[in-house]
Amino acid sequence: MPTPKPAVAHPNLKPNKVGLTLRDYEGAPSTLCAGCGHDSITAAIVRSFYELDTPPHMIAKLSGIGCSSKTPTYFVSGAHGFNSAHGRMPSIATGAAAANRELTYIGISGDGDSLSIGIGQLAHAVRRNVDMVYVVENNGVYGLTKGQFSASADVGSKSKRGEANRFSPIDPCALALDLGATFVARSFSGDKAQLVPILKAALSHKGFALIDVISPCVTFNDHEGSTKSYLHTRKHLLKVVQADFVPPAQEITATYEEGTTITVTLHDGSAVRLRKLSPEYDPSDRARATELLEHHRVRGEVATGLLFVEKRAADMHDISGTTDVPLCKVPYEKLCPGQAELDKLQQAFR
Amino acid sequence: MERQDQLERRALEDGARPSGSRAAAGKPGPSKGSAADVRTNDFALKLANVNGTGSASANGLLMQAIFRMGIPVSGKNLFPSNIQGLPTWYEVRVNKSGHVSRALDYDLVIAMNAETYVRDVKEVRSGGWLLYDSSWPLDESLSRPDVTFLGVPLAQLCNGIFKDSRERILMKNIAYLGALVALLDIDMHVIDELLDEKFSKKKALRDSNHAAVRAGYDYAKQHLECPLPIRLEKMHATDDRILIDGNTATALGCVYAGATVAAWYPITPSTSVMDAFKEFCNSYRRDPETGKNNFCILQAEDELAAIGMVIGASWNGARSFTSTSGPGISLMSELIGLAYYAEIPAVIVDVQRTGPSTGMPTRTQQGDIMMAAYASHGDTKHIVLFPANPEECFTLSVAAFDLAERFQTPVFMLSDLDIGMNDWVCPRFKWDDNYRPNRGRVLTAAELEKLARFHRYANENADHVAARTLPGVHSKGAFFTRGSGHNKYGGYTEIPDEYQEVMDRLLRKHRAAGNAVPEPVIRMQTDATFGIVSVGGCDPAVREAVAVLAERGIVADYMRIRAFPFGDNVSKFLAAHDRIFVVEQNRDAQLKSLLTLETEVPKEKLHSILVYGGFPLSSRHVVDGVTSHLERG
Repeated sequence: MPTPKPAVAHPNLKPNKVGLTLRDYEGAPSTLCAGCGHDSITAAIVRSFYELDTPPHMIAKLSGIGCSSKTPTYFVSGAHGFNSAHGRMPSIATGAAAANRELTYIGISGDGDSLSIGIGQLAHAVRRNVDMVYVVENNGVYGLTKGQFSASADVGSKSKRGEANRFSPIDPCALALDLGATFVARSFSGDKAQLVPILKAALSHKGFALIDVISPCVTFNDHEGSTKSYLHTRKHLLKVVQADFVPPAQEITATYEEGTTITVTLHDGSAVRLRKLSPEYDPSDRARATELLEHHRVRGEVATGLLFVEKRAADMHDISGTTDVPLCKVPYEKLCPGQAELDKLQQAFR
Repeated sequence: MERQDQLERRALEDGARPSGSRAAAGKPGPSKGSAADVRTNDFALKLANVNGTGSASANGLLMQAIFRMGIPVSGKNLFPSNIQGLPTWYEVRVNKSGHVSRALDYDLVIAMNAETYVRDVKEVRSGGWLLYDSSWPLDESLSRPDVTFLGVPLAQLCNGIFKDSRERILMKNIAYLGALVALLDIDMHVIDELLDEKFSKKKALRDSNHAAVRAGYDYAKQHLECPLPIRLEKMHATDDRILIDGNTATALGCVYAGATVAAWYPITPSTSVMDAFKEFCNSYRRDPETGKNNFCILQAEDELAAIGMVIGASWNGARSFTSTSGPGISLMSELIGLAYYAEIPAVIVDVQRTGPSTGMPTRTQQGDIMMAAYASHGDTKHIVLFPANPEECFTLSVAAFDLAERFQTPVFMLSDLDIGMNDWVCPRFKWDDNYRPNRGRVLTAAELEKLARFHRYANENADHVAARTLPGVHSKGAFFTRGSGHNKYGGYTEIPDEYQEVMDRLLRKHRAAGNAVPEPVIRMQTDATFGIVSVGGCDPAVREAVAVLAERGIVADYMRIRAFPFGDNVSKFLAAHDRIFVVEQNRDAQLKSLLTLETEVPKEKLHSILVYGGFPLSSRHVVDGVTSHLERG
């Protein structure tokens, strides 16, 4: 059992609508390396759930294997966790979502877990539009096995030993866009102000929301020559679409410059206000989003923000025609046709 | 197909008159037979066809008609892994005493495939009959003096009736069915009734089928001596029975068990499990008020994902299952270990086919016994159920869910292609409306409320099972499910004692399941000198073999194992016999291996009878295996 955190409550911790403070959304102390980008993402997740007033036991947090996949332990200890097998979290989340559509699903994965061993499952969770948030904590490197390149490493990016990666990288955002994802965002672990509203919008979105978070590995991939280091990311990061999250029934009070913003109303009545770097960019246009990624990629820039969102798309349950009652709660009496039907049916087996 | 067309053309050129048929020369088919030569309701047929030509429909009708005449019958479809153009066979065995395992002696062969003709002629038993399409002359060199050749110009008959070329090919099968109606004395009313039912909504097809049956029947009546000495006579042995394949029965069991989430990847020979499940769900699981589905079927991207979905759904408290075959289990093995270690129920239907690797996908085998028992890396042991027929596919699939939830673990149901895809005559399925699922130890919100603190793997019961919680039920029920090392509190651990404590309980739990799983079926005889142990679809052949051996004064006790882990009664049977034959359908004696590993039985007592070529077992395999061993001493 990990050492519990000291139960010291800050007097200024304000309870949210379900009576819980920020502290209640925390998890066990992180065992990741000091300065790991993943811990910042964990903090953003803690804040997002707190601000969304989500009852912790209604959250299902799932992961695969890798440094990233350890992080669900470090947030919302009152949530139901499932640390599964390498690259298999999407299928487990899909089955879980099929059985109980009432929970909020958040899957935490990494670039190895998502883009190599688990790319098939990720792809199919996207095309099923499973109602979940899928976070890729992307550092371009296999941390737990000490520094091999992952499939998101850029060509020419150097390992700690000085070896340069030669194989072309997979961009999870481009991949998700191509597969029909209905919510695609990129952020940076060092930018909580950007990440929290994106997470909140993703959690409020109905359908599959992919968030690629560049999350530098301080131990194996934060050196000079790496394109996933803090320094390199900060230098090449470009916030193309900033998102402000507006909870349901709250008025948008901030003032924005004409032509630079779009408001997208989400499934639960909340809204996301998108501020764009380029006035002509349309985050509801899949082709434009793909084009934007490519535009910045060739320039060596890391385009961040809520890049694409498709409203009112049918999720897995809509497509399957599943009943509104979670399947795990449908009483057995409604499921079993009974002896009389069996007798009737067997007339056909003659 | 090209060959078929060529033959078709030739038949047309030969003109309307039956060409080379011996049938025209006189009435063959020795009805000269005295009453002693007549074998009523006791014979075997083999039909040699080309796949994709519609023969399956005709052969199915033939078997169904015999069934409706009240006579015990079996049909074995020996088909290729192909959609159109390759050889396929169908075997029908009729036996008034109810012994319908695969026969190896064919009284009558219906040779419809020119490509396999040479082989098929050889298959007829001496003194038997061969029915062939006499639209074109028969090569004399393929003749056999000890076999009576029955020519029916099927192609010509159909060409005379039907214009469409596809219909001409399809209806040839129905035409030979018509000839068989006359030759075997099948009740024509039963055939008419079946066609009317089958094509109740397709009048044109119905008319075509009736015309083809009639044409074959009339021709046989006019030109052949009907009926043959092998013939049928109405009985009442199947009146209260049904005709069903194991995969349909499995699907029905899953519906009745209350399964709501099913995830799968298409694979022969298990695909029809999910096809049937979907069909049943469409009938029984649509909410009458909303029209929405009380089920969710997920066609996964592969078997890795299919089992992941099952585990995810079970974790959330839905009854969930997958259906697959051996190659699928190979892929699922990774997550089966996760479900075992994290103690999540999962029902895995494995309709076994011939391995290893791709093997022979349309042939049967019992080659997954060892894999299922120990699937996944590390120390893992699973509950495995072995249905022997469709009736048990129904009952054991329900049992599988109860066991999976009671013991919080994956449960395999090992069916096979023969059980799964062939129609079997079974007693009518019964259902107890008082049945309620055994959901195992799941804490309710009220129970959690009273708890000071919930620990996932602590406080085991007599089954050595700890209570679980379902997500979303209560804030106190939250815990971290993991496939990594954990202690009894559910916390991550790398401490040897904590790890072993959980692993040891898992072993105790598995052992406890041995006396909760379905009991073996044991048939003891007085004066038995040895025992036979078998499993699954071997059952009809072994039961017949026991009867045949008894007639020869060789008396055997018989135990059919229905589940792993083996319960006390399995051990008792093994201990009670000095010599035991283990009959199974695989090369490596997997059941025998499992018995030696998991019971105290001395290896020396067990003798294997192994048949693993891919076709269903025959009683002769067992009788020969036993007698040759006994002769050796």
